[in-house]
Amino acid sequence: MDVQSSSPSGGSPADPEVSRRKFFVFVTAAAGSAIGLLIGVPVIGFVLAPLVRRPPRDWRAVGSLDSFKIGQTVKVEFTDPSPLPWSGITARTAAWLRRTGDTEFVAFSMNCRHLGCPVRWVEGARLFMCPCHGGVYYEDGSVAAGPPPEPLARYAVRVNNGQVEIETSPIPLTTFGS
Amino acid sequence: MLKFLAASWRYIDDRTGASETLGPMMKHIVPRDARWWYVFGSAALCCFILQVITGIGLALSYVPSGGEAFQSLKYITEQAPLGSVLRGMHFFGASAMVLIIGMHMVQVYLHGAYKYPREMNWMSGVVLLLFTLAMGFTGQLLRWDANGVWSAVVGAEQAARVPVIGPFIAHAILAGDTIGGATLTRFFVLHVFIFPAFIFAGVALHMWLILRHGISEMPKPGQPVVPSTYKRDYESRLKESGLPFWPYAVWRDAVFSLIVVVGIVVCAVVFGPPVLVTPPDPTTLNVNPAPDWYFLFYFAILSMLPPNLETWVILGGPLVVLLILLFFPLFFNKGERAPSRRPWAIAIVFFVVTSIMILTIYGAKSPWSPDFGAVPLAQLVPSGPMAHSAGAQVFYAKGCIYCHKVDGDGGQRGPDLSHVGDRLTDDELTIRINNGGHNMPAFAGRISHDDLSALVAFLRSQQSTPASAARNGGTLALTGSSSN
Repeated sequence: MDVQSSSPSGGSPADPEVSRRKFFVFVTAAAGSAIGLLIGVPVIGFVLAPLVRRPPRDWRAVGSLDSFKIGQTVKVEFTDPSPLPWSGITARTAAWLRRTGDTEFVAFSMNCRHLGCPVRWVEGARLFMCPCHGGVYYEDGSVAAGPPPEPLARYAVRVNNGQVEIETSPIPLTTFGS
Repeated sequence: MLKFLAASWRYIDDRTGASETLGPMMKHIVPRDARWWYVFGSAALCCFILQVITGIGLALSYVPSGGEAFQSLKYITEQAPLGSVLRGMHFFGASAMVLIIGMHMVQVYLHGAYKYPREMNWMSGVVLLLFTLAMGFTGQLLRWDANGVWSAVVGAEQAARVPVIGPFIAHAILAGDTIGGATLTRFFVLHVFIFPAFIFAGVALHMWLILRHGISEMPKPGQPVVPSTYKRDYESRLKESGLPFWPYAVWRDAVFSLIVVVGIVVCAVVFGPPVLVTPPDPTTLNVNPAPDWYFLFYFAILSMLPPNLETWVILGGPLVVLLILLFFPLFFNKGERAPSRRPWAIAIVFFVVTSIMILTIYGAKSPWSPDFGAVPLAQLVPSGPMAHSAGAQVFYAKGCIYCHKVDGDGGQRGPDLSHVGDRLTDDELTIRINNGGHNMPAFAGRISHDDLSALVAFLRSQQSTPASAARNGGTLALTGSSSN
């Protein structure tokens, strides 16, 4: 009986040894790729899925209609939509709310449009001021001074059964070309 | 007993091949003149190991939950035995690592050790630098106090400027639309699993390349790198006068690393870890977000840019710097290595190091930020007639103090007004206050006529000579220490 000791090198393309080799290389590469996909797709899908499925926007009550004086700008706090159970304190958000009429309100996001730092309302000057790079906004949110490229973002507000409600929204992002 | 241990070791050594594999590596020949200039790389590795071990210790108690992290850190700092020292070692270890990596880079660059055949040593080192800085950024965030929360937001806002996919990256950073429970966990995984994995791989490559190409000799003027003959010449010089790394060179690495670690421990015990002040409450708006010291220079650059250049610098700046750092050995891999023959190298190092130092100092002072801690009204003591204290009250109430200094108190964002009475007339002051100016808001419509008159009178009284000040009714002395 002849033990076939095939040489691992050499041979023309028509040589069955070369096509065997090519086949084994192909099988290894294909199996490796399949393993990569089988592991990678669920993991990467898991990581990216929350970015595709956005949480719903919710209306959050921030106080009764009578508790807000006309013309006054106050900080209101509310909870994010669908927070994770262990979010604790990080599920809270704040906004600047001003009653402008009987049932009219305007709510400003507290994120400066420059790089997102929280702005403060300076009552005496009626200005929003950012601690990070000196951005200043007038009371209507338009830019008064400093680097912010856009006015303060606004949240939707409504009055519902005597309660003032703010619609939860994503953090405003300043994007390329703004 | 000893005989038994010796025999056991011989058995293990035979079956694992430990000494016959590691032995030659440890005893590889290095140039005789490779002495104290060469200790920085191993010190960086020592710092990294210190970070990993202290990090594992911290991770045994730290809870990476958005709601609980702050409490677990307070527990580690205030209650857990040696917890404060551990946190301190981790913080000063990070600072030490950044500092030593900087020194290592400068030393390698000035000695031309990045030239043939060690170009890839340099490139792998640049990648390691990148991941080290990433670890610093994510690590500060994991402190998850008010500063940490806003660092995540500012990071996401910068990423959002990338064209097309910016908002997607921003949401990936935040793990959602806003800061939430998942944000911290994401950074924890980056800091503990993903980035360290890359660093381990990078260090392995970096050290393999050291073994492959050998340690470079001290550069000598008149001995340029010629790729076609370098390896042969290097080997023959090593054969002639080289020494085994173990123990003739490694002892210096050990001594210097010891000095560094002692420094880290001493700082940890004496200064303690960064203070945890405010919980990560996104509704706390009275915050002053700032990065740790090794990023202050970048913080300063971003803060002083004209706004219309910002997106280009945020996106392009790091990219251009990274490309230059990564690929310059490809273009400059031969020729003289000695710094005395490379004046441009010396000039570049001097320029970069000085710039970074100056920008860091500037970043620490943050003159572009309004000073919300400026002296409150209660500490005001008018030394002249009361006529001008009304104006001083307006100066505080309208927020002028946040951006302008008077007599040493106030912010630095706008010009110092301590002697503005010398420069501007009543009319000029009125026009400026009403209309605003570059980076100053217009106050027309938000200041009453009486307040404006009082304010202008107060500002006019801020003059350099007491005589003229007295003429205008007195100056204002502020008591209490400045809270700048």
